[in-house]
Amino acid sequence: MMIKIGLVIVCIAIAAALFGPVISPYDPAGQELSRRLEPPSVSHPLGLDELGRDILARLLSGARISLLVGLAVVSVSSTVGMLLGSIAGYFGGRIDDVISRVVDVLMAFPGILLAIALVAVLGPSLTHVVLALSVIGWVGYARLVRGQALRTRELDFVQAARALGAGPARIVIRHVLPSALPAVVVQATLGMAGAIIAEASLSFLGLGVQPPTPSWGTMLDAGRSHLFDAPHLTVVPGVAIAVLVLGFNFLGDGLRDRVDPKLAR
Amino acid sequence: MLRYLIRRLLLTIPVLFGVATLVFSLIHFVPGDPAQSMLGEGASPQEVTALRHSLGLDRPLLTQYASFLGGVIRGDLGMSFRYGTPVTREIGARLYRTVQLALAAMTVALIVALPLGIVAAVFRATVIDHAAMTAALAGISMPNFWLGPLLAILFSVRLGWLPVAGTGTLAHLVLPAVTLGAALAAILARMTRASVLEELRELYVLAARARGLSRSRAVVRHAFRNSLIPIVTIVGLQFGAVLTGTIITETIFAWPGVGRLLIQSISFRDYPLVQGCILFISVTYVFVNLVTDLAYGWLDPRIRFE
Repeated sequence: MMIKIGLVIVCIAIAAALFGPVISPYDPAGQELSRRLEPPSVSHPLGLDELGRDILARLLSGARISLLVGLAVVSVSSTVGMLLGSIAGYFGGRIDDVISRVVDVLMAFPGILLAIALVAVLGPSLTHVVLALSVIGWVGYARLVRGQALRTRELDFVQAARALGAGPARIVIRHVLPSALPAVVVQATLGMAGAIIAEASLSFLGLGVQPPTPSWGTMLDAGRSHLFDAPHLTVVPGVAIAVLVLGFNFLGDGLRDRVDPKLAR
Repeated sequence: MLRYLIRRLLLTIPVLFGVATLVFSLIHFVPGDPAQSMLGEGASPQEVTALRHSLGLDRPLLTQYASFLGGVIRGDLGMSFRYGTPVTREIGARLYRTVQLALAAMTVALIVALPLGIVAAVFRATVIDHAAMTAALAGISMPNFWLGPLLAILFSVRLGWLPVAGTGTLAHLVLPAVTLGAALAAILARMTRASVLEELRELYVLAARARGLSRSRAVVRHAFRNSLIPIVTIVGLQFGAVLTGTIITETIFAWPGVGRLLIQSISFRDYPLVQGCILFISVTYVFVNLVTDLAYGWLDPRIRFE
């Protein structure tokens, strides 16, 4: 049930991001200053923002940014994490020590603090957000895959592959990584939720996507100045973030229950 | 326990060393010249040279690194570019507010999460359980930078019950604490449910019920008490999330803590202060995790013998 709800939410978000211009005919950057802060109406179902821009058009455009950042961060993080995690777990020894210490240090930084730090010094931009979130994102995958690799390398079928002359790269790609894949998929689904919130947080703090590019985080930040006179500026992007993140969390939780039935209580 | 304590302390040293190294290298990630970036395009070459000298950027990298580490050990994190005062003094002046907010948020989280988790476990697989856990998942999914303004719209703008921002009275603390504590409450509620469910399956709970104890007494007196160990751990481990959360919460509610100082120092490109705030938050996080691990080892002997 959770998987279905999550899947429906995520599919709607992807469709909204893809077909945004069809759903709302307005230009996300087009201004109608005379109608600024107008509440929802028939012509503008979600109202207009502080510069008279259509909030629905900006929301749909922002969905593209959120999903794109999520996808980019998860792709980079999971690829790097799986590669380093499998190397550390399969080979062990000094190489494992080095990778594990780097993971320990990066894990010593709470949440998105390192991302804030990196974006603060590199300068605010979408590329830097993806880079910063990937720098902290890969460690979770690496730790997960390392654990799986440590277990898998001792299993009979891996020993057999080694006896048959398979090289380390072949064993890692054909045997170690596939065994870790279900757990990685769960982590990646939950990671999408994390990356979307992190991007919105950074943009909210003025460290992410820069105006006039619409992002749900910057929309929320702009809405803060109009809590009294136009609360819809704050409510709309917040609902979008919460629902999309909830969708990925539902999907991730549901998949985790499938992968590890012990957790489904 | 002493061996476990020493081993755990020794393991913390390389982590702290790594954290300090990473924070040191931050300023060197600045594209171009950090001094030029701090002063802006309009600064004269003399001003840039003077700032480079005062920041020590004109010295060899290894000398800078040794000097940075030495300063960290002595508690000297350099001078703030914006305020012209020691970084430690600026952080120290705002520390009380951040600690106050973090503790208030954790209190809110515990007050909400523990009853919610216990009720969900006791009424497992019922409407109550599903409602409680859906609420918890919604709490995790709801970003605090949205929850904060929403609460402000409702309780400050519409109802006029609470101040929208600032400090001074206890009323000022309510909205920031609830905003910051909500996600933690959601995580803790899920953890409490799982932990109490685990204990409810144990034979000693059945035995307590067989001895005539009421269901609520068996849960509160026996199952809940034993399920506290993982909950304590999660509270400790989530302190990092609370610390990071203060950055956004303090920004939303103009709360004058270390988190807001960090964001302000980023806007002013006050890199020594940025480094100081990040180092401070990270080191606090490492130490809280250390204390949590030690507490866990103390509470559960199996951990320290592993």
